[in-house]
Amino acid sequence: MTSHGSNNILAEAVRRVGSVTIFFFQLLAQCVPALSRPGLIVKQIYNTGARSLIIIMLSGLFVGMVLGLQGYDLLRRFGSEDVLGAGAALGLLKELAPVITALLFAGRAGTALTSEIGLMRATEQLTAMEIMAVNPLRYIVAPRFLGGVIAMPLLTAIFAIVGLYGAQLIGVEQMGVDRGTFWSQMQEAVELKNINEGLVKGLVFGIACSLIAVHEGYHAAPTAEGVGLATTRTVVASSVLTLLLDYVLTAEFL
Amino acid sequence: MVDIRNLAYGVGGREVFSGLDLRVLRGRITGIMGPSGTGKTTLLRLITAQVTAGHGQVMVFGRDVAQLGRSGIYALRRRMGMLFQDGALLTDMTVFENVAFPVREHTDLTEPLIRKLVLTKLQAVGLRGAAELMPAELSGGMARRVALARAIVMDPEVLIYDEPFVGLDPISLGVILRLIKQMNSALGITSIVVSHDVHQLGTIADDSYLISGGRVAAAGPPAELSASDSPAVQQFLTGSADGPVPFHYPAPDYTTQLLAPEPQ
Repeated sequence: MTSHGSNNILAEAVRRVGSVTIFFFQLLAQCVPALSRPGLIVKQIYNTGARSLIIIMLSGLFVGMVLGLQGYDLLRRFGSEDVLGAGAALGLLKELAPVITALLFAGRAGTALTSEIGLMRATEQLTAMEIMAVNPLRYIVAPRFLGGVIAMPLLTAIFAIVGLYGAQLIGVEQMGVDRGTFWSQMQEAVELKNINEGLVKGLVFGIACSLIAVHEGYHAAPTAEGVGLATTRTVVASSVLTLLLDYVLTAEFL
Repeated sequence: MVDIRNLAYGVGGREVFSGLDLRVLRGRITGIMGPSGTGKTTLLRLITAQVTAGHGQVMVFGRDVAQLGRSGIYALRRRMGMLFQDGALLTDMTVFENVAFPVREHTDLTEPLIRKLVLTKLQAVGLRGAAELMPAELSGGMARRVALARAIVMDPEVLIYDEPFVGLDPISLGVILRLIKQMNSALGITSIVVSHDVHQLGTIADDSYLISGGRVAAAGPPAELSASDSPAVQQFLTGSADGPVPFHYPAPDYTTQLLAPEPQ
């Protein structure tokens, strides 16, 4: 690639980061007044959170089951299948639950947010609101952002709980690890800070994914193609940012 | 009400307006006409302070909109209503909630009062019976009438219509024309109607402006405009394919291009 081309890509990347940052501060300024409309936020928690429950719980169950299976297979080689409960719990709470929940959230709720706001832009609903002297950031964007931020840690917790049940289902019920050992090892190994790590990650990923989703929707070109592109960008940017932030947060918590 | 002086505005290096002067008088219906792409909608965006002019002044209610901050602009907009081409209704609310929206946002009126107010406005546009429908269930003409009810619910001093006649069947068109006239005469609302439909606009407008090439090509009552001998005005009024607005988009010579060898 020519240096001119890479310069352009770099400039575009800097421009986008700047745009998201400015948008984030504008949005934060509108979040406080938006809190005076709890009804709007609750509706969005339902839309982004409650409606993602099935996909989150199903994925949690299967991830937990795979973890039980793989964990058992690995630990048996060292004769330490007793610590399966501890391993599954730490893996789920610290990493798998927040990261996979965020990736699923980006695909399920993030795309819905982007396309909804993008279509509102394309059909002039946001402009109409501006003309009616109502700030769309306060009325449309802030409740959706806050809904996502509140829903994500809750979804992460639910993912972890269902995942633990899945690991127990395979480890204890199918592979025959002692039930008492499975749970007591887990109780022994998991500390409060491990649970906090998962929840803090959930919250940070929630902020990142919701911010990207509403930013892309709000700035989508007002055409069918523009909304489609914005939706794609939401998934790509949210996924990459989630994994990047995961590394940073993991390093911070160790 | 609206006074535009020596306005210049450009987008992406292309000049949309240069030296445009336009006045909208209180209590009158002012029609703004012009071919597609002359920046009629941009003019409305300038009046509603969605964009600001490069040069010149846009005075609304005696205040220069470029000098206003966000709260000043919002205060200005509360005195205006705007009817969008496609209605721009909020799709996740019923017709009733759409009309009630600005009232709920800007006033502390009690629920029974809001209900009465909204039903009065819906009655004025003949859609009281459609109050519980969702926007997706409305026809184009009905959506525009609901949007009109929403635009007048806060009793604006100025009502702006963006291409209100586009895509309507003759009955809906008649209804919209009657409503615009009625809003103006019964409620005393100053109206700005942007359209390229010369004949419909001629039936309701008190004053009219024809915009062409970034400036006002002709101004006056519609009857006076039709008597104008300016080629730009005549081309627009008679709908000739060629004239000051050329039929052909700028292109290289036809014969040369046809006879030229195939590009590799």
